[in-house]
Order: sequence, then C-alpha cells, then structure tokens
Amino acid sequence: MNREYYGKLIFEHSRKGRGGYRLPSNGCTPSIDELPAMLLRGDAPELPEVDEPTVVRHYNNMSTNNFGVDTGFYPLGSCTMKYNPKINEEIAADPVIASLHPYQPVATVQGVLELYYTLQQMLSEIGGMSEFTLNPYAGAHGELTGLMIIRAYHAGRGDDKRVKVIVPDSAHGTNPASAAVAGLKVVEVKSREDGTVDVDDLRPLLDDTVAAVMMTNPNTLGIFERNIPEIATLVHDAGALLYYDGANLNPLVGVSRPGDMGFDVMHINLHKTFSTPHGGGGPGAGPVGVRKGLEHLLPNPRVVKRTDGTLDIEYSGDALGQVTGTLGNFAVAMRALSYILSLGAGGLKMVGRLATLNANYVKEALRDAYLLPVDGVCKHEFVFDGLADKSTGVTTLNVAKRLLDHGYHAPTIYFPLLFHESLMIEPTETESKETLDDFIRVMHDIAREAAESPELVKSAPHNTPVRHPDDTAAALHPVVTYKELSDNAQE
Amino acid sequence: MLHRYLPHTPEDIAAMLDKCGMKSLDELYSDVPEELLLKRDYDLPDEMSEKEVRDFFRSLADNNRRLTCFAGAGYYDHYTPAVVKSVLQRSEFLTAYTPYQPEISQGTLQYIFEYQSMMASLTGLDVSNASMYDGATATAEAMLMTVAASRKRNRVLISDTVLPQVKAVIATYARYHGVRLDLIPECYGATSRQHLDEMLAEGDVAGVIVASPNRFGILEDFSGVADAVHGAKALLVMNSPASALGAIKSPGEWGADIAAGDAQSLGMPLNFGGPYLGYLCAVKSLMRKMPGRIVGATVDDSGKRVFVLTLQAREQHIRREKATSNICSNQGLMALFVSVYLSLLGAKGLKEVNRLGYAGAHYLAERLAATGKMELTYPGTSYLNEFVMTTVDKVDDIMAASVAAGILPGVKLGDHEIMIAVTEMQSRADLDRYVEVISSLSGDVKDN
Amino acid sequence: MSKIYYSPSHEYIRVEGTSGFVGITDYAQKQLGNVVYVDLPEVDDDVAAGEDFGAIESVKAASDLISPVTGKVEEVNEALVDEPGLINKDPMENWIIKVTIDDPAELDDLLDEAAYAGLCH
Repeated sequence: MNREYYGKLIFEHSRKGRGGYRLPSNGCTPSIDELPAMLLRGDAPELPEVDEPTVVRHYNNMSTNNFGVDTGFYPLGSCTMKYNPKINEEIAADPVIASLHPYQPVATVQGVLELYYTLQQMLSEIGGMSEFTLNPYAGAHGELTGLMIIRAYHAGRGDDKRVKVIVPDSAHGTNPASAAVAGLKVVEVKSREDGTVDVDDLRPLLDDTVAAVMMTNPNTLGIFERNIPEIATLVHDAGALLYYDGANLNPLVGVSRPGDMGFDVMHINLHKTFSTPHGGGGPGAGPVGVRKGLEHLLPNPRVVKRTDGTLDIEYSGDALGQVTGTLGNFAVAMRALSYILSLGAGGLKMVGRLATLNANYVKEALRDAYLLPVDGVCKHEFVFDGLADKSTGVTTLNVAKRLLDHGYHAPTIYFPLLFHESLMIEPTETESKETLDDFIRVMHDIAREAAESPELVKSAPHNTPVRHPDDTAAALHPVVTYKELSDNAQE
Repeated sequence: MLHRYLPHTPEDIAAMLDKCGMKSLDELYSDVPEELLLKRDYDLPDEMSEKEVRDFFRSLADNNRRLTCFAGAGYYDHYTPAVVKSVLQRSEFLTAYTPYQPEISQGTLQYIFEYQSMMASLTGLDVSNASMYDGATATAEAMLMTVAASRKRNRVLISDTVLPQVKAVIATYARYHGVRLDLIPECYGATSRQHLDEMLAEGDVAGVIVASPNRFGILEDFSGVADAVHGAKALLVMNSPASALGAIKSPGEWGADIAAGDAQSLGMPLNFGGPYLGYLCAVKSLMRKMPGRIVGATVDDSGKRVFVLTLQAREQHIRREKATSNICSNQGLMALFVSVYLSLLGAKGLKEVNRLGYAGAHYLAERLAATGKMELTYPGTSYLNEFVMTTVDKVDDIMAASVAAGILPGVKLGDHEIMIAVTEMQSRADLDRYVEVISSLSGDVKDN
Repeated sequence: MSKIYYSPSHEYIRVEGTSGFVGITDYAQKQLGNVVYVDLPEVDDDVAAGEDFGAIESVKAASDLISPVTGKVEEVNEALVDEPGLINKDPMENWIIKVTIDDPAELDDLLDEAAYAGLCH
C-alpha cells in the first residue's frame, strides 16, 4: 500500500478548487436564491474538496488497514463470521430493484413483493413459526420489535400487569437493553455453571407480572438448553410468552426449530445465520417471526398475498405499530434469500452440523492449553476461561492481541461475564480443516510463548498497523470530529 | 463435493469426528431432546447453481416497473457515483465486523470518524454518532434522548408536519417506552406556533420535534422556536433529509439541540426501502446521552494518530438495561457510503444538487399549474424540491395514466392531493413529458 | 466532627451538621478503574434515597450514582468536570455532591465503616 496515504483523513487531502463530481443540467431557470435568505444556510458545510482519483486511492488504501472475512479466519464468538458469497452482492445490486421507490403503487412492484414474501415464508419454515416480518433492521431491533409484540399480546387480552421480562444472566447485553427500551423491567435469572437456566430458579419468578422470558438456545456458552420443553411449559402455564434470541441460531440450521421448542416469538440475524456481510457494523437485518395466533400483531407495513395471488402492502390497526420507515433493509434480505436458494434444503441441512463439528474440533484440540470451564459437547461456539496455566500472568486480552500478530482476528473476549477470562470462539461451517489446524497451531504457539516468554505476549500486538491505542485519553477528552482535531492542533 | 461454500470432505469429517470421540455428525446433537430434532429436510427448494439463482431473481426483478421517479416523501431518487459502489465492494470494508479490535480495524474506524465530521458540519452541530438504522428510528432515538437528558420529564411534542412514517415510528417507541407524545397541530402546511407555545406552557416537556423541509416539502420559518423550547427547558429536535442540508438553514443554525433524519438522499439507491442510514447529531453537551457508537481520535504507543470506539460505557453491552438505547450496531457500510459521496461532491456539489432540485421542482410546478389540471396546495409557501398539488383529476387516475407512460408521478396524499419531488435525476425532457401526461388527462380517466 | 455512612451501592455520605458530602468509596473507584466522566446534577435538584442522581464512567464501565439520602443538592464538585480522575486519586476528599439531609433518620438505614468493609470482602 501507499504509506503516504496511511492515516490521513480525507479532509487533509482537500485543496480549494478541486472536486469529484459532474452533475447533469436540467436547463430550468428558477434559482434557489429566490428563497428567503433566512431559510438558507449561512456558512457552507465543511466538506473536503477532492478529485475522483484521490478519493479512490484514499479509501482503497484505508481498506487495507482492515481485516474482514475475506482477509482471513474470524473466530469471533456469537458473531457467526461465515463466508459472504459474492453472488449475493450481484443479486443485491440489481439496477431495477435499486430504482424502486418504497411508495410505488403495488401493481408496479409485484416482483420485489414476491421476493419479500418468499423469504418471509422460507424463514417461517426454518424457524418453525407461522409468519415473519422482514422489517426490523438488526438483531437488537428485532428483539425490540418482538418484545413490543409480546406487550401488544398481553394488552390485547386486557392484561396490563405484565411489566417484567426474565433474562438469564448469561444473555447478550442487548436483551436487557431491548427490554428497557420496550418499557419492561428486567429480572435476571441466575444460570448454572454451564450457563443454562436452572428450572428451579426460574419457577418462583414466574408470576402474573411476567410478560416474557427471553432466551437464546444454544446459550452464550454454546450449550444447548435441554430443559427447554419444560421451561416452555412453565412459561406458558404462567401466562407469559417465550422469546427466542436468534443470535445463536446457526448450529440449529437444518437440525432443530425454535417453534418446535415452544418459542412464541423469535428474531433471526440475517447477517449471522444467512451470511449477509457485516459491513463493519451494518447494515444488518433482524426479521421477527411469531407462532400461530400472534400474526396480527406483526408491525406495519406488512406484505400479504391476496386470494387472487397478487401481493399487497397492508397497514393493519391490530398491528403493534410501525418500527421502521419502510419494509426494512430490502437489499440485505435479498442477499439472505440468495444464500438460502444457493444452499437449498440439502445444503442448509449441513450448515448447523458442520458449524458444530468445527467448534467441537477446535475445542477438543485446544483444551490441553486453555481452561475449559464447561465440558461436554458444544454447539457453534465455546468459551475458554483463559490459558490453562494461570501462573504466567498472560491474560485473555494478551492472547487476543497476539492472535492479531499471527494474522487471525481475535475471538470475542470477556464475554460472557460468567468467567473472568472469557475467550469465546466460533469458527462457523465455512472454514476448512486446514484453516482450523493452523489456528490450533497458532493458539498452541501462543500458549507456549506465554510460558516461555510471557512479555512477548503481554506486549502484543507487534505487527499490526497500529499498536496499543490510548483508550483512556480518547474517553477523557473525546475528539470526535475533524473540526475538533484541527481546533486542538491550533491551540 | 458437499457444497461450494462448505470445504469439508468425507475424510475431513471423519478425522474431525474422531478427534471429538464421535462416530457421526448426529452425535454432536446427542444433548438435544429427541422430540426437538427435525427429522426431515426443510420444505425448501433444492440447491441452485449460481446461474439458477441469477435466473430466479432476474425473472422476478423483471416483474417490476422501473419508472422515472417523482416520488419523495422522505426517500429521493438521486445519482449514485460509480466510485461509491466501487469502494463499498472492497471486501475489507464489506466483510469486516464491528471495529472492536482497533489494531486491525483502522479502515472502518477512520471512515466513521470522517462520516461523523461531515454529518456534524452538515447539520451545524458539534457531534455525530456513527449512524443509526434509518431516519425514522434515528428520530425516535432522539425523542428518547430528550427524555433521558431531562431526567424527570416524560412528555414530547411532535409537529404534525413531520413525515408520517417518522411520526408512526416515534409513536410506537413512545407508546411502549411510556413517553407521552402530543401532536402539535398543523396550520397551512406549517407547525402552529400558537399551539406550540400553549403546549409548552402546559409544562413537563422534554423535547419538541419539528421537520425541515416538512412532510409537504415546505420550509417552515422556525424563528424564535428554539428560544421558546429552551425557555421551557426542553430540547429541540429537527428532522431533515440530509441532502437538503447542503442548501437550507441547518438545524444548528435554527438553534436545534439534536438533528436526526435519513441520509438516503445522499445518493443511496432507493432499493425498495433500504438499506438507508439514519443520522443523529447533537450539541456537545448531549454527547454522552447519544445512543450508538462513537469513534474518537487518540494516539497509539508510537504517538501516531489513531481512531477507536470511545464512550463505550454508555452502550448496551456494558450498561445492559441501563443503556441509553439497545442499538448495538451502526449502518457501517452506509456510513462509508456517505463519506465517499460527500468527499466526491463536497459543499459545492451538494449545493448544486439542491440548485438542480429547486430549479426543476419550481419549473415543473409552474408548468403543471399552467395545464389547469392542478395547482399548488400551499401557494406562497417556500419549498425546496418537493411540493403538494391539488388536482382536478383523481390522484389514482393520474397515477394510472403516468405509470402507463413510465412515470411515477409522486406520492398520493389524498384523493386530490399529490406530492411531487424533483432531483438532478430528471432531465428537462422528463419534466416536459410529465406535463404532457397531465395535459392529456381528459378529466374522466378510469382505473385500469 | 463528621461521621461517615456507606451504602451497599458503594456511595458514602460524610455528614456535617444538616448536610452531607456524597461520593463513591475507594473500593468503588478501584472497581471502576480510570474515571473519565462524572455526570453531575444541578444545584437545587431534588435527590431521593435509593434513586440515581448522576452517573460515573470509566473506559470500560459505567454506573449510576445512587443517593444515600433524600434532600436537595447544595453544591456540586465542579472540579470533577475537568478532572474526573481526581476520584481515583482520593475518592473521600473528592466528593461529588453536597446535599441537605431532609430526614436524618434515613442515615440509620446505611452502613457504618465496619459493616461496609465486611460487604467488600
């Protein structure tokens, strides 16, 4: 890469009088200056002035400081960083679909509505649910939508006492945050050592103020909640609903369905299970499914099929309301549909099994060097509690940073909160045995380094483009814009 | 071969199972109760080749009408420069996760910093977060922010002139979160000042939400509004389509505390609804009340300037139920979209986009009125690139006749009201063709 | 002579006459690590026993500040705005707010030094 470009901001390439655009002319004479001056901007926004080649070089060089799934193995626990097929990108970039306005008359968009409806139906089959909405924009947004559905369900029965949601202490941090935004009070239920919910601890909490119990299965330790049928019965007997956090759905693809386990409402992270790219943090999609009897509560707008086979967009007064401006991240949904079609029923059957095989293989190969607090077969991921040898002083953070030196992305660290040195590994099904073997070798090397030359690991990373950013300074005196940066430089 | 995405050979599977002390893949699920196992394949189509996948989508994509787009109502047909598409397909950007490891994520962190810098300047405010899902949810988060910032107050006023989809999403968030949301009535296409003042005087107001341009395309005069809102110790939130801010008075200049809206208008393909991007900017004193991610500049141990996720303690993965929001992502790649788009256009290009939209819209409004088939619904008001017409013919009839001619004539507001948007995408010939279609309406066109 | 009381949520209140200085304990600051921000209330704000009056943030954690007593904010420690790290240096010296104590009986619900020390082990 061109080091000259490294680290410069686009603003620092700016030269007065340059630009990277040419707009067409419509030859119309009315001038914007006819508007009253008080409705117009005083000062122009501070945006860079750069030519097109400079823009291209700037961003392409910047990209080389990034690590993606296409760069290498990304064993980030709970994030399901599987391969993102290229055909999906072409499908999502279709020029006809790209041109369609969300408020076009339905007669002119029957094709995209059919695509939307098809994915809705397929996700219902995969989740074992009655119906899905593709509207929610992300997993967290799906959780929020699902909890609103649950509140609307209780409200519809005239039951307004139900203000609590029970969440295991091993849950993703998003669960309690979503509950709070949905206006529900969070009650934590302690998990057992393997992170599974203790039915005896749950039972006394289930009174008539509980709206829902939120669970992910397998849980954040990768352990299947084998008591789920009993939990579902308890929850339903108490008049509450059971919510499935789809963050960990991948190992169950082709194997088991949340609907069959007794879950009433669920979301799926298309960017995890169905391979849409994470894009450095988004856009994702978090479709929500419901069991029979709850369909009318799904958010507006909804895509429905009329008896004559045509598709329509419906706004219903029964629905919980609207949680998105449109029908959701449509182009993301199309990538997921492309992925499902590419794999087909036969391919999907192998997804969960191979993801689980890969995880167990890595776990078994590394348990001699890393502390495995929960034994037994795991699903898509598992958690080590740091290195087995605690005498070296080398922490999970050190191991994670040392992995970067070896060209691997770090696992998820310090989550779940059940252990002090959590190191959460999820290999996904798209990694080959050779890749896993090399990762295993590197992890063993790091364990050996930790014993023989701990300082080398503690001071990692050594080979990355930047090393040891000062987080405290960043939080103490936040500098979050170029303007602040240049103002500070002038002081 | 199992599948082109799955590298495992039968020998690999056997060797790996052996390492796990197992004989079959099904043994990996020995802990799952028997009755929960799916004992059949999904009822889904068989595996498709790339060509078949492509053909499947092609056949359905062709069952849509690509129209010359005069529809807006929050989402606009703007040009997407080729450079933006090219940069977004860099797989180091596309296939990266959230930049939790700054050592190998400087690309993502840097473009988010650039995005924040650009959006803060565009909105005339001090700080921006790393972006939200869309304009409607971003404005709903702004509503929750005003309540969180006020600590004790729980009432938010929203102008009836805010876009309907934004109002609808805010209403949903407010209802479930337990915020009292009151609608400020509209008066001749603008927020009623008299009602606003009265409602502020009733007290307990945490925030006031207005829009510019509003849901009729009108640029309201908000002189004195910020003072009135601040006088009542409330915060002012302004919702705008991002592109318009290249020309019109910015939220910061009006004295707003928070700006939130959709950035789709910055060249993002309409894509039948998304992905778009919601922006959220604020005055510096509200920075720590902002939801979502924020990237900050710092130095590494060699003294080099680097970027990191900062102020993370506010976020859901640490604060759990005490977090300011449940959002745990941003629109990542779409923030990169904004950075590249605004780098190419700069302030001058963005102004030019608005000049073209203004010129085209005002030309079209005048020509349409000259047909005698429609007239401006709110004559005398100021608008940028979108306006409402009251029509002689039924809007449904106009819609049918225009679509037949390859034109999406706007968004229906009522049986005889249509909202029309013009951008740099419509040529003079497109505008004239629209006028022709309207001129040719007989006045008794029936649905077909 | 001032007397110090502690809450189970790791705030202390140093009582002087009818007022008290509220801060976080040494144990709490050690748990938090480098404090980077203190969200302070305003003078004259009402505070209630057991309810939050502000928040404190370190790089990796954040927690609400819970008032040990009911009363009114008399003073806030403005020095913490520019230098929140003072709390790490000396949390007892660098109190966060000074409050008027409405009902001294509420102090009886708090812990003394020995009881609090027991809580932290």
